[in-house]
Amino acid sequence: MLMEKPSAGLWRKIKARYNLVGNSCKTCGKAYFPPRIVCRKCGRESKMENKKFSGNGEVYSFTKIRVPPDTFKDEAPYIVGVVKLDEGPMVEGHILENGTEIKIGTKVRSAFRRMYVDGEEGLIYYHYKFEPV
Amino acid sequence: MRDVAIIGVGLSKFGERWDSGIKELMAEAGLMALEDANISSNEIEMIFGGTMASGRFMGQEHVAALMSDQLGLNNIPAVRIENACASGGSALRLGYMAVSSGIHDIVVVGGVEKMTDVTASEATTALGGAGDQEWELFQGITFPGLYAMMAKRHMHEYGTTEEMLASVAVKNHANAMKNKFAQFHKNLTIEEVMKSKVVSDPLKLLDCSPISDGAAAIVLAPLDRARKFNDTPIKILASTQASDTLRLAERDSLSGIKATTIAADKAYRQAKVTPKDIDIAEVHDCFTIAEIMAMEDLGFYKKGKAGKAILDGETALGSKLSVNTSGGLKGCGHPVGATGVKQAVEVVWQLRGDAGERQVKGANIGLTHNVGGSGATSVVHIYKRAD
Amino acid sequence: MAGIVGYGVYIPIYRIRVEDIAKVWNEDAEAIKHGLGIREKTVPGRDEDAATIAVEASRRAVVHSGLSPDKIQAVYVGSESHPYAVKPTATIVKEAIGAGTAVMTSDLEFACKAGTAGMQMVMGLVDSRMIEYGLAAGSDTSQGRPGDALEYTASAGGAAFIIGKEKKEVIADILKTVSYTTDTPDFWRREGAGFPSHGGRFTGEPAYFKHIQNATKLLFETTGFKPTDFKYAVFHQPNGKFPTNVAKMLGFSEKQIEPGLLTPIIGNTYSGASMLGLAATLDVANAGDKILVTSFGSGAGSDSFAIQVTDRIDDKRKRSVKVQDLINAHKKYVDYSTYLKNRGSIRKR
Repeated sequence: MLMEKPSAGLWRKIKARYNLVGNSCKTCGKAYFPPRIVCRKCGRESKMENKKFSGNGEVYSFTKIRVPPDTFKDEAPYIVGVVKLDEGPMVEGHILENGTEIKIGTKVRSAFRRMYVDGEEGLIYYHYKFEPV
Repeated sequence: MRDVAIIGVGLSKFGERWDSGIKELMAEAGLMALEDANISSNEIEMIFGGTMASGRFMGQEHVAALMSDQLGLNNIPAVRIENACASGGSALRLGYMAVSSGIHDIVVVGGVEKMTDVTASEATTALGGAGDQEWELFQGITFPGLYAMMAKRHMHEYGTTEEMLASVAVKNHANAMKNKFAQFHKNLTIEEVMKSKVVSDPLKLLDCSPISDGAAAIVLAPLDRARKFNDTPIKILASTQASDTLRLAERDSLSGIKATTIAADKAYRQAKVTPKDIDIAEVHDCFTIAEIMAMEDLGFYKKGKAGKAILDGETALGSKLSVNTSGGLKGCGHPVGATGVKQAVEVVWQLRGDAGERQVKGANIGLTHNVGGSGATSVVHIYKRAD
Repeated sequence: MAGIVGYGVYIPIYRIRVEDIAKVWNEDAEAIKHGLGIREKTVPGRDEDAATIAVEASRRAVVHSGLSPDKIQAVYVGSESHPYAVKPTATIVKEAIGAGTAVMTSDLEFACKAGTAGMQMVMGLVDSRMIEYGLAAGSDTSQGRPGDALEYTASAGGAAFIIGKEKKEVIADILKTVSYTTDTPDFWRREGAGFPSHGGRFTGEPAYFKHIQNATKLLFETTGFKPTDFKYAVFHQPNGKFPTNVAKMLGFSEKQIEPGLLTPIIGNTYSGASMLGLAATLDVANAGDKILVTSFGSGAGSDSFAIQVTDRIDDKRKRSVKVQDLINAHKKYVDYSTYLKNRGSIRKR
């Protein structure tokens, strides 16, 4: 109910959500995922260009969500984390449990999964997730 | 720039207020503040109303005009301030700016949130809007989840323990026992906190502030007119604020809140005091880890040292620095829009010597610290008795 | 003729054992295991469906091929469990592999042979030089009605093949493909129905066996090949028994079908089944080996392929994810109630 059901909102960022396409600033070289409109360092002097990230990185922090928002009420518990991508940026995402113990420093790669299914008749939102290598 | 003083404060009872909607809560706190200031409704020139998500909790927007309406303040300008859980603190800062600048003399600052008319998961979703909806909430990352990831980093970097986290809740519940406005009147033990249901590891249910209903109100006046209304006006020595990225992942550090460090540095300079001068502080303990980080980011302890200090009782009621004498967000309750204003109300009572059972003897300088989201906004105020 | 330039596979980590299903329905697990020739089956995770499986397999196919994804000019996804009734799976796959926009794309459905039908379509586009490279995926999270015999076998998995003509890229030439099609109502699922229905033993002789045999014989007639010309053979595998029997009927040995016979350990991945079997066979095949593949889709039809491995296979092998490695990777067994919950079969109102 309260969650936005952003069919256009998902579509707008589909390259980022499916394929980790972020960007980087030509002025200073800093890489961003998710993509930013303006570089945090360079402000109006920034020049952003698309950059695809490998999806490889390591777990910087994580937790298992046991009390989820409405939209994930049948999915709990699930692990989310902040992953430091090899290219630098830190990004939040689900971390799949595939038998490898998840710890700070665990190496992960990106995977493709459903993020959220809007009931029986609504859209299915696909997204990157991370899984231990 | 004029000196600004608080001449009246009011608070509703915090808790699950089944009897009251948003209007009743605002009136309860607002009328008390006007009475405390001994001021006529006609003298109020403007109202700043802090609320985070009244639209999602109650379907009610336009809350500042509603406050003015319900308090019988009639046709004065009214503006709502939304800055997530720092809405109240941000409203106070804007009220301070309005009076300090000379645009207005007498200003009311209110804060309110009515949260219990929706289910817990709906509330979790609404509060999730304080983060980056597009990347955090969309992926089911809740606020306990964000603070849990901060806690995990803090534990990783500094060896902070779950027992230290629990000690924050124990201390704040003990303080809340002495506050009739508090949501909880129940002492906790470390063991009870540690054994409560895990919400988002390492945070358990009793590491989290509750979902609450409540309102708070403050009347501001220029210091030079303040004594006309009140014998013990409280002067605002500093009012500062800073922001950071909405997304937790994009911050420089997860084990502290940079916006707090920035706002605090500015506040100490503005007030010409140091952390050592502070006698009482109301800090933003939305989760137990948040108080530990706040004590460090506000300069009371070096990074990594606050957890043990709290566990050792260094910030308990009546110690050299008493923290969250009201019970904090954890013990007193956390109606998000009201919290920042409530913190100031508590400090005013303490500095006036009106805090009853929980009065800190000789409290002279107080500080409030109000955080929005996972740290994208931080507001710091410093106060002192004007006499 | 067109050939395979890369392939990729995916199976979920979740499994359910025959015993755990049989217990609920008071069936004799040992009899079922023996009768169907199956021990356990894969189960999709709650966040997996035919689209995510097709994407994971297709991404691996792109990596294995060594091609830049913008070279791929056609994407066809065959499934009987497309997540949407209306809205293509293939657009999701196309986007997620990073292909461009000038891409011919569609979803296919032909029960268990929609994936191989896609391979034929891409071959046609390649051989007619309408495109250089195309991708065909077969992917399913197939449904078995609780209590039905299909519940023991209907599993999840998929494979994707990239097809092109460029000699230096082709790891296996597709020498010939033929189809054999009739209108045979052996198995079906009506629009909006949650589970398929089937004709019981009617799915055997007049459906599976007849179509596979006729398609394979047609391939023999048109090519002059005989069973002994093939090092390996892969037949559609709705259970462990049918492919073994049909192989024998056609004159193939157990050894020939062994590397591609996966159903006993992963279940029937429907549109993924023949293609996963082919992928597992290519994983172990060497240059010069011939492989016969005959799929079967209820309704009914079979596509038969004669494939010959080229000497390029070894160069690309280091980039492939092997079927056996996936099968032997970490497994998570789920109980029957979790299985029902994950399939959305628990009623909440």
